[in-house]
Amino acid sequence: MGSLSNGHSIDIKFTKLFINGQFVDSVSGKTFETIDPRTGDVIASVAEATKEDVDAAVQAARHAFDSGPWPRMSGSERGRILMKWADLIDQHTEEIATLDTMDAGKLFQFCKMEVPSVANMLRYYAGAADKIHGEVLKTAGKFHAYTLLEPIGVVGHIIPWNFPSSLFFTKVSPSLAAGCTMVVKPAEQTPLSALFYAHLAKLAGIPDGVLNVVPGFGKIAGSAVSSHMDIDKVSFTGSTQTGREVMQAAAKSNLKQVSLELGGKSPLIVFDDADVDTAAQLALIGILFNKGEVCVAGSRVFVQEGIYDEFEKKLVEKAKAWVVGDPFEPNVQQGPQVDKRQFEKILSYIEHGKREGATLLTGGKAIGNKGYYIEPTIFANVKEDMLIAKDEIFGPVMALSKFKTMEEAIERANNTTYGLAAGIVTKNIDIANTVSRSVRAGMIWVNCYFIFEHDIPFGGYKASGFGKDYGMEALHKYLQVKSVVTPIYNSPWH
Amino acid sequence: MTSSMRISRLISRSLASASLLARGGGNGYLSRGLSKYSTASAALEEPIKPSIQVEHTQLLIGGKFVDAASGKTFPTLDPRTGEAIAHVAEGDSEDVDRAVVAARRAFDEGPWTKMTAYERQKILLRAADLIEKHNDELATLETWDNGKPYAQAAEIEVPMFVRLIRYYAGWADKIHGLTVPADGSYHVQTLHEPIGVAGQIIPWNFPLLMFAWKVGPALACGNTVVLKTAEQTPLSALYAARLFHEAGLPSGVLNVISGFGPTAGAAIASHMDVDKVAFTGSTDTGKIVLELAAKSNLKTVTLELGGKSPFIVCEDADVDQAVEAAHFALFFNQGQCCCAGSRTFVHENIYDEFVEKAKARALKRVVGDPFKGGIEQGPQIDSEQFEKILKYIRSGVESGATLETGGERLGDAGFYIKPTVFTNVQDNMLIAKDEIFGPVQSILKFKDLDEVIRRANNTRYGLAAGVFTKNIATANTLTRALRVGTVWVNCFDTFDAAIPFGGYKMSGQGREKGIYSLKNYLQVKAVVTPLENPAWL
Repeated sequence: MGSLSNGHSIDIKFTKLFINGQFVDSVSGKTFETIDPRTGDVIASVAEATKEDVDAAVQAARHAFDSGPWPRMSGSERGRILMKWADLIDQHTEEIATLDTMDAGKLFQFCKMEVPSVANMLRYYAGAADKIHGEVLKTAGKFHAYTLLEPIGVVGHIIPWNFPSSLFFTKVSPSLAAGCTMVVKPAEQTPLSALFYAHLAKLAGIPDGVLNVVPGFGKIAGSAVSSHMDIDKVSFTGSTQTGREVMQAAAKSNLKQVSLELGGKSPLIVFDDADVDTAAQLALIGILFNKGEVCVAGSRVFVQEGIYDEFEKKLVEKAKAWVVGDPFEPNVQQGPQVDKRQFEKILSYIEHGKREGATLLTGGKAIGNKGYYIEPTIFANVKEDMLIAKDEIFGPVMALSKFKTMEEAIERANNTTYGLAAGIVTKNIDIANTVSRSVRAGMIWVNCYFIFEHDIPFGGYKASGFGKDYGMEALHKYLQVKSVVTPIYNSPWH
Repeated sequence: MTSSMRISRLISRSLASASLLARGGGNGYLSRGLSKYSTASAALEEPIKPSIQVEHTQLLIGGKFVDAASGKTFPTLDPRTGEAIAHVAEGDSEDVDRAVVAARRAFDEGPWTKMTAYERQKILLRAADLIEKHNDELATLETWDNGKPYAQAAEIEVPMFVRLIRYYAGWADKIHGLTVPADGSYHVQTLHEPIGVAGQIIPWNFPLLMFAWKVGPALACGNTVVLKTAEQTPLSALYAARLFHEAGLPSGVLNVISGFGPTAGAAIASHMDVDKVAFTGSTDTGKIVLELAAKSNLKTVTLELGGKSPFIVCEDADVDQAVEAAHFALFFNQGQCCCAGSRTFVHENIYDEFVEKAKARALKRVVGDPFKGGIEQGPQIDSEQFEKILKYIRSGVESGATLETGGERLGDAGFYIKPTVFTNVQDNMLIAKDEIFGPVQSILKFKDLDEVIRRANNTRYGLAAGVFTKNIATANTLTRALRVGTVWVNCFDTFDAAIPFGGYKMSGQGREKGIYSLKNYLQVKAVVTPLENPAWL
């Protein structure tokens, strides 16, 4: 029984590995503790997957792909099962939201919106499953040629802890719609909701072996996935450093295809003509949403000099009014960081910022002496060579700076190894269009931020990764193209 | 199992087991019935009383069931007996005006057009669930009004309706415009916008499926609709439309007018405030619809019209499978299919065997009360069609074709016709040229591929074709050479929501179903703005 504030209590029902339709202990018998970041206390002990367990999961997925019904049923039938799964998720919103809040320290109010939204994402791909079209081709010779889009096979998904529900479905939904089978490794910080989803998948009628969930650690279970000889594709969301390791493991093993959704240091550029209050609010949410544990966090905020002072003043006011506390409390806007390691890493970046000479406008400290709470932190006068302007901090720490011209803002925005997202705040259509095309990033939000929708593809430029999640684009990560060619005789046209 | 699977299994099973309407479960209700009934007896028994009452007989305008402005009604007839099932409000131009006003308001003011595509999708999904729940009531209305075998309605058509609506629901949030590269420093996008008020005129042979083919894409794209059903079969659409409203479809989005073509149908086709008209029916009426659109407001037009589809059996085909498929291709739904395989071309080397087996199969066809289990063929839709078919049969005999079996009515009540097979049919005979729309199979002999291509294409129609061969080169050559909108190779009447359907030549314009159907209900708006100093073009 998890202990929760506000009368929330919950049985943790699923703590074992989910392999071939069954909840099983790990081969080694090992478990690990998943921790409540509000207190550092143990929520539950969860079976820890090692290489042997990953092997068993891959074997189940391989069998389900090679001999099972899933890739052989029509897209429409797969869609019906995914629809049913979505309905089951809708019936368990509160319970799953509680798991995510406990496990990740995310706001309960947000999780209660996130869970229905993953059901909707599943419905989007359920509706896409029967809309995967190949093409009939124009050939130069007298040939009839066409393409078949075929499921790629067994997919390994490695997902992070910051959005345990959304990212689980970001990966699983399109690959299931495409007809793949899979092994999912959730983050060791947040294994609980993934196991619950696996349970509901079975109830919905997803055949055994199609979806396997193996909680565990990156170095062991994750690495077993990315280096596996019988996994056809690995899809990873997480840090850029780990992304490199995943890609290397893929290269060294069976040249499995790789898609990576990695880190970012996304710019938010506010122009003189912006409404200052709205822009400050956007910038604040851009860095503080989900405690800054967002790959697309607007962590570099560039403000044009004409409104800079007013912007800074409003931003600091708003940051000071921001409520940090127990994520189950409805008025709270920011919960604890996910674990001790992240907590300490963020505090060390804050110290760096101070040492490097940036101006600390507000925040900069931990809150309380229990759990992993950090004050909303804003640095001004941040120079581009400072660590806090270059590294992904993954916490509530904003690097604010001033710019003069659009050209300068574009140049500075692009002066990063990353290219995940960017925000532009302006009323001017020419500025909006020019900056939209000039910033080297996979997602541009104009006068908004954090707008994710199932139909909007998302993924990075440069060291932020490759391959798109969401939209019909995401399906193609999980499909192979096969061309079929045959001579044609006496065709009346070419 | 989905309806499409059911259909495809049904086809493949039938090819193996000689019963095209065998159920997916393995025990074909028709193959069970084969020994019990014969074409001579079944129709003479007392008609089975349907298990439901007719609930809706009024027009559906602006979310309400209302009488016709004139107060007039017309009887809809049971084709088993020719007697009235119910008296239905008869829509005329004044009612069409009211429906168009409601649809226009729903389009211009919302909420339908202003809600997100995701919300529209949810409403369509709920509607599909409700239709699924009321499967048997809808199937009963369909059989009662149309005369088609109940099992066909209940196990194929209503499930396919559900499949179609779910398929289109899935499109609602995936309608994508493009960003377009211009030769210049411009940012160009296309918005795919709903076209507005769609007028839809549907026929009586598949009342519910035609409803889904038309209404599904129109609603998925965010249009509003005025649907006119056929006067022979107004009942199931009213019931289905009510379920759409129960699912949350806002008032005025889907209006249903029962009535006649020259009055209500013409009022839609010529209406100045209908932005699009989609029509399925005869080629002659299609011409009138196109003309009325041209004379009024140049509304865009989609037409799905008649056919005289060739079914080509090559020398290397499995004769038993081909006989069964050719039989199904023609006799399915009492021969009342626009894509019926009504010209069966058989290679001379297998002609005699084919004819003998085709005749035997027709003789075994079980005709009778469509509510009875094991029935393969019910009555024709009405006396007009019935008389027309008998006239064509007489014409076949008079023009010198050999009547192998059938050729007359069955029983003395209702509109039953014996499965009829003509052989030695020549290309210039009326029965080889005109769409008969009844259970009359015409078998023609051919020698070589070039000849059969020429003859198969020698028609004003171009809706569909069947090809039976094991040779991939023959299959590919025929596939490309036939001037038709659908080619079924070693199958026939394989329909699915995702497979586009429509005609070449005088069989129509535009394609229904699949991704192609969305085009019928979308306007494309190009949005262009200069780019200052763009990073790339």
